[in-house]
Amino acid sequence: MTTVSDIAPPAGGLSRIRWMDMAPFIALALVIVLGALLNPNFLSATNIANVVTRSAFIAIIAVGATFVISSGCLDLSVGSMMAFVTGLMILTMNKLAPTLGSNAIFVGAGLGLIVGALCGLVNGLIVTLGRIEPFIVTLGTMGIFRALITWMSNGGSIPMERSLREPYRPVYFGDLFGVPIPVVITALVVLAGAFILYRTKYGRRCIAVGSNAEVARFSGVSVTRIRTLTFVIQGLCVGIAAICYIPRLGAATPTTGQLWELQVITAVVIGGTALRGGKARIWGTIAGALILEIIANLMVLSNMVSEYLVAAVQGVIIILAMLAHRFIR
Amino acid sequence: MTLRADLQGLTPAPLSAARAAAPAEPGAPPPALRAEGIGKSYGAITVLSDVTLDIRPGEVHAIIGENGAGKSTLMKLLSGHVLPTEGRLLQGVREVAFPDAAAAERAGVVLVHQEILLAADLTVAENLFLGRELTRGVSVDDRAMNRRTAEVLASIGAKCGPRDRVGSLPLAQRQLVQIARALLEPRRVVIFDEPTAVLAGDEVTALLDVVRGLRARGVAVLYISHRLDEVEALADRITVLRDGRMIGTWETAQLSQRDMAEKMVGRALGHLYPAKRGAASAAPLLEIEEISVDHGAVLASLVVRPGEVLGIGGMIGSGRTELFEGLLGLRPAQGGPIRFDGRALPRRSVSAWQAAGLVYLTEDRKDRGLLLEEPLAANLTLQALDHLNPGPVLAPRREAEWLAKAIEEYDIRVRSPLLRAGQLSGGNQQKLLLAKVMLTDPRVIIIDEPTRGIDIGNKSQIYGFIDRLVRAGKAVVVISSELPELVGLSDRVLVMRAGRLVAELSGDEITEKSVIYAATSGAAARGGAAAQARENHTAAQAGTGQGAV
Repeated sequence: MTTVSDIAPPAGGLSRIRWMDMAPFIALALVIVLGALLNPNFLSATNIANVVTRSAFIAIIAVGATFVISSGCLDLSVGSMMAFVTGLMILTMNKLAPTLGSNAIFVGAGLGLIVGALCGLVNGLIVTLGRIEPFIVTLGTMGIFRALITWMSNGGSIPMERSLREPYRPVYFGDLFGVPIPVVITALVVLAGAFILYRTKYGRRCIAVGSNAEVARFSGVSVTRIRTLTFVIQGLCVGIAAICYIPRLGAATPTTGQLWELQVITAVVIGGTALRGGKARIWGTIAGALILEIIANLMVLSNMVSEYLVAAVQGVIIILAMLAHRFIR
Repeated sequence: MTLRADLQGLTPAPLSAARAAAPAEPGAPPPALRAEGIGKSYGAITVLSDVTLDIRPGEVHAIIGENGAGKSTLMKLLSGHVLPTEGRLLQGVREVAFPDAAAAERAGVVLVHQEILLAADLTVAENLFLGRELTRGVSVDDRAMNRRTAEVLASIGAKCGPRDRVGSLPLAQRQLVQIARALLEPRRVVIFDEPTAVLAGDEVTALLDVVRGLRARGVAVLYISHRLDEVEALADRITVLRDGRMIGTWETAQLSQRDMAEKMVGRALGHLYPAKRGAASAAPLLEIEEISVDHGAVLASLVVRPGEVLGIGGMIGSGRTELFEGLLGLRPAQGGPIRFDGRALPRRSVSAWQAAGLVYLTEDRKDRGLLLEEPLAANLTLQALDHLNPGPVLAPRREAEWLAKAIEEYDIRVRSPLLRAGQLSGGNQQKLLLAKVMLTDPRVIIIDEPTRGIDIGNKSQIYGFIDRLVRAGKAVVVISSELPELVGLSDRVLVMRAGRLVAELSGDEITEKSVIYAATSGAAARGGAAAQARENHTAAQAGTGQGAV
């Protein structure tokens, strides 16, 4: 009963694993070099800060998606959830602004986190207790959240009170020692995510569940609890992204966060996380989010390809990444 | 398997290489397939070298060897699944090369895989003809395919029909479908890779009959198996591999099972089973008054005492695994009070049991036991994470220490501690699984099929570990389909039949015969010629040591 891998030389196996793990960062480096060659403005401090800041939303949500996907699930509802949370936050803050002044922002932010976590909890419980495919469940809630924001905004826009705009502005436009605040928040979320995933029992179990749920169950791991919690983490990440997002445009609309779920999944997958679960690459996810944003940025800067084709290029990238995955192995 | 006490230790020299290799030995038909000095290397690593053997029409040629001896590689070389890096293949006097499995099949050489590779949603006939459908005009000719399938199925005594959905068939029938697929076209050489590994009892007998039928039709059969009793009963000649080398070829009559085992491990074997400890009298650790498991309809009550090996016997499907999975909360179960160490256990779940001090090793180590894609350390500590780490945070350095300790304590043979669990051989996986549950520091260890699919060297080590645990005051429950193992290990045996515990045996009462009698006598009691025949059948198997009990 010799398994094929029994006879694979160990050194080759290990070096190949490392190589695969480096792939997203090599791709990121290549894209940056390409950017520098195509446009001298690309490497300017303002442009880099701009690109990294814009990638923050996808990056933050994708950290949560790394948990969900590595545990063997999928969440398609993040984009709509983001819009719904954003809308609810703005409505709440607007209502509280006359009495609380700018403190309403803190209440709104807290509410965003709670509502995000609750939305994730609902997704998670339906998936785990209802034993329904996550794809179907989150396809359903994606529609529900999107309809709710459309209904709340009456098909139009939910603008934030003028009085709140100024105090809230620094959360997106401000900086800490020159680093844009959204970037700082992203870094904190990534560090926390990497710690939980790689250094805690929960993270280890998350991967175990994604790798083989039966083995986890027979090892005394509660698959239900682990998977439900990944959805809650995902919801919290959406809440954090919403907090950063609101001051950027100061409004929520029915198109807020539209198709973000695809960008998020793309970032996770080109980062090296296995879509079938069991393998999580949180730093790769960040590289993936940056690659997507840089490519969009280059297309805007360079005028070589119409920026209307951004989504097409991103689509090509996810397919190329998967093909590379298949053939480098 | 029964190891005969064959004390003279004098086994005949192998048929000399020249004789085994002679292309046209006088009196013997020319080989259907012949390998000369064949071998395979991956870079600097040689997994098989210099194997010379021939497979003659109308003979069953068995290949035996420990895990990692190169049996699978040899089969894949002979059937075109892997290309050799040395030596050559001949059919008759003609040198042949099989660049892929299809080329080998065109030359009449086919490998029947150990794993079932069938599409569950298609019918038997659709599976047989998958990729080579018969057509009439542009449409597939279902009628012709079904007719041909029925013929092939009948020729190997399969009970399923061509229109049955494969997914609805029991495992043994699926195995036969897989064989039928290989035999759809006339074959000169059929290679079986451990075809009985997942079968039991009647199913094994039926499969051996299929192989004998092929032999009678003049087909050359290469047969790989771990079950030496089976090899002894079936094979005409036996080739032993060890560490990627060929040790020799013998006529079956020249070797006892003990000889085979010794040639496989390359040294004289001591006693396979450790000395028994005798029935324990200490207060019970685990007491189950009554438990019934959904879908398995198991009703059972039992007591487990420290310092004993409690064997659980019974036919496959008698509810043994279901009973313990129900006990652990792994499948729905209801039941009366369950006491562990005198206290009632409020909740049935793997983690609650583990905290109390009881663990269960699954029989299915690949799909339920180990994360094959994950490193050894992550597998080792998965079950004991709470036990080992008081807080939520992991301790990577201590994980490496735990792994080093487990590797030493359970003699897990690894080239590197950084391997993934799937890269270990079956025996080493089983040792890792044992080490994994032992990290939780249990007092009762339930082991389902402790040595399924592993070689004799690892087997004897695992028996030694079980003995060590019991002598340290722990209780071990062994669920086993291998009668000699059950009889050789257990201080006390409970036999299950149709979901009930029907007999308790201890001391000298524990014999293969008594276990079989208890496991099957209910069928006879219900009367009917068929039931009686079944019992005789099973008793006959016990004679050859292939019990499914």
